[in-house]
Amino acid sequence: MPTVLLLGAGSDMAIALARKYASEKYDVQLAGRNTKALEPLMQDLQVRYGVNASVHAFDATDYNSHASFFHSLPVIPDTTICVFGYLGDQATAQQNWQEAAQIIHTNYTGAVSILNIAAETYEKAGKGTIIGISSVAGERGRQSNYIYGSAKAGFTAYLSGLRNRMAKSNVHVMSVLPGFVNTQMTQHLKLPPLLTAQPEDVANAIRKADKGRKNVLYVKWQWKFIMLIIKTIPEAIFKKLSL
Amino acid sequence: MQKRLSNWGNYPVITSEENAFTQEDQLKRYVAAHKGIIARGNGRCYGDASLGKNNVSMLRYDKVLAFDVQQGILDVQAGVTLDQLLEIIVPKGWFLPVTPGTKYITVGGAVASDVHGKNHHVDGTFSNHVIDMDVLLADGTVMTCGPDRHTDLFQATAGGMGLTGIITRVKFTLKKISTAYIRQSQFKAANLDEVLRLFDEYKHYTYSMAWIDCLQKGDSFGRSILIVGEHATPEELNAQQRKAPLTIPPKRKLVVPFNLPSFVLNKLTVKAFNALYYAKNYKKEMHKVIPYEPFFYPLDAILHWNRGYGKAGFVQYQFVLSLDQKEGLVAIMKRISEKGWGSFLTVLKVFGPQDSLISFPMEGYTLAMDFPVRKGLFEFLDELDEIVLQYGGRLYLSKDARMQQQIFWKSYPNAQAFADIVKQYNPEARFESLQSARLLLTK
Repeated sequence: MPTVLLLGAGSDMAIALARKYASEKYDVQLAGRNTKALEPLMQDLQVRYGVNASVHAFDATDYNSHASFFHSLPVIPDTTICVFGYLGDQATAQQNWQEAAQIIHTNYTGAVSILNIAAETYEKAGKGTIIGISSVAGERGRQSNYIYGSAKAGFTAYLSGLRNRMAKSNVHVMSVLPGFVNTQMTQHLKLPPLLTAQPEDVANAIRKADKGRKNVLYVKWQWKFIMLIIKTIPEAIFKKLSL
Repeated sequence: MQKRLSNWGNYPVITSEENAFTQEDQLKRYVAAHKGIIARGNGRCYGDASLGKNNVSMLRYDKVLAFDVQQGILDVQAGVTLDQLLEIIVPKGWFLPVTPGTKYITVGGAVASDVHGKNHHVDGTFSNHVIDMDVLLADGTVMTCGPDRHTDLFQATAGGMGLTGIITRVKFTLKKISTAYIRQSQFKAANLDEVLRLFDEYKHYTYSMAWIDCLQKGDSFGRSILIVGEHATPEELNAQQRKAPLTIPPKRKLVVPFNLPSFVLNKLTVKAFNALYYAKNYKKEMHKVIPYEPFFYPLDAILHWNRGYGKAGFVQYQFVLSLDQKEGLVAIMKRISEKGWGSFLTVLKVFGPQDSLISFPMEGYTLAMDFPVRKGLFEFLDELDEIVLQYGGRLYLSKDARMQQQIFWKSYPNAQAFADIVKQYNPEARFESLQSARLLLTK
């Protein structure tokens, strides 16, 4: 059976991904900081889908531990999905470096650190899939969330570069750019229903795109067009908008 | 976040805070920091029992922790819905010990409402099959309770409408089946006396209920169709079904896409519907083997059927009277029939004995019917309440959106004992719903 590794397995999106892949008979490795909190999901995957599931301690910002974490996994995963992220609070992050650093390091530095290691392994093996969950927020900086957005922009650029490098090694890299997703990370926000995906929608879209070896996936197709418009607004006008 | 929330009756509709959690420590943090909390499952109770100031959605607290396929024991987080469990257990030869008429409810909701099914006279309520469960209390601790430990908490939580705390985990026993099919028999009854006689005649059947036409008068007063069933054995299946006795072919679902205008359901259409339904049973007796879904969940086949009652919503009125109060049953049905506001689908069932602190059932007759919300309805239901009370009956809290507090206190014999336990575990109304505030259970 193939194996999928979910980095940041505690989030709603990760739960949905774990179930989706398990429903297609993938063994699932759940990695996150709070391993005890991941146990119910591990049991759930075993009971519902009859697959092997395991829990592994992983901290996105503890870079020194990343190599030993990845190499001590019981099985090298066929697919590595980088789900973790930290939305943070823009207003706080503007004044408080702690918050800004956490946003940057969780969404960018930590992701680069762990995916570098997975990429090395996959390149040598000549196979493997890396899926990175970035965000449409990284497509253009906006005053309401540019610290998170810039970290995700960095991650999006990293993924496209990695895809370019890996193309000749038969390693597939997919960038996922969800718009709004109805999760615990966003439940305090008022989101427009038509543009907001459920975590299960995101998981289904990712699995389908993964099978089709798609390079860049926008979840909720409308976002592709919204971001196209947002990206084409001239900067002289854009800077005056309150976005 | 502030959301518009309502339950299955679409009455009342409130704008209130709702948050969801997937992990126990998140739940604990939330409970420590808030008051006026009420746990919410899939919103299939009809009234205001799971509506409050700070609603905690349990729908993502839905992990299946263990399934002992040999013993038939499930251990689950409380937010998982019965439909998800059926998909797991039926193929392995197990069924829910008790199920209400919809599978779109959570296990936590099943315990909090202590739901009953067509097998109440044989198997009791859902909580009769609970081995143990965890409740997150107002002081932030998680207490494991069951029929053999912390029994006060267990009794006040089974049917306790979420007022003792948040049910987070439930372990319960399942029922062994050898096929996913039901051997069903239907009997046409010309009137109330006949259907009650038939209930008695077929009480050895595990499952029984009747559709009853509340709009008929005179000789056909209470004409009904009694439906009884047993889990089918492989020998009772046809050759096609026998190939995979525990799998049923998937079926497409119909959806009522939006609220129908309220004139769609008036006395005339209800009468027409009932007449058609009665006529559909053209024979006095009908026997067939059918998949479990249409037997237990006929209305689940039409998603959002509640929208059929229009934007104003509806109230479901369900009461129970003890076996010796048949005249009360007649009196109430007559009152409903005279008023002519009656309902589309009226269900009659005979409960078996029930020994519990606050659960709804008692040995006797229970009738459930829908009333679209309209001017004068609540006054009329207040009148009905008085008759129910007069005959020693009571109303189902899971259906209730409007009962006056003195009716509750007079009709539930253990109301005070229940309130005392609630107060002990939930002293400062940390857990409170619109219903509990209205009934003065947490005020």
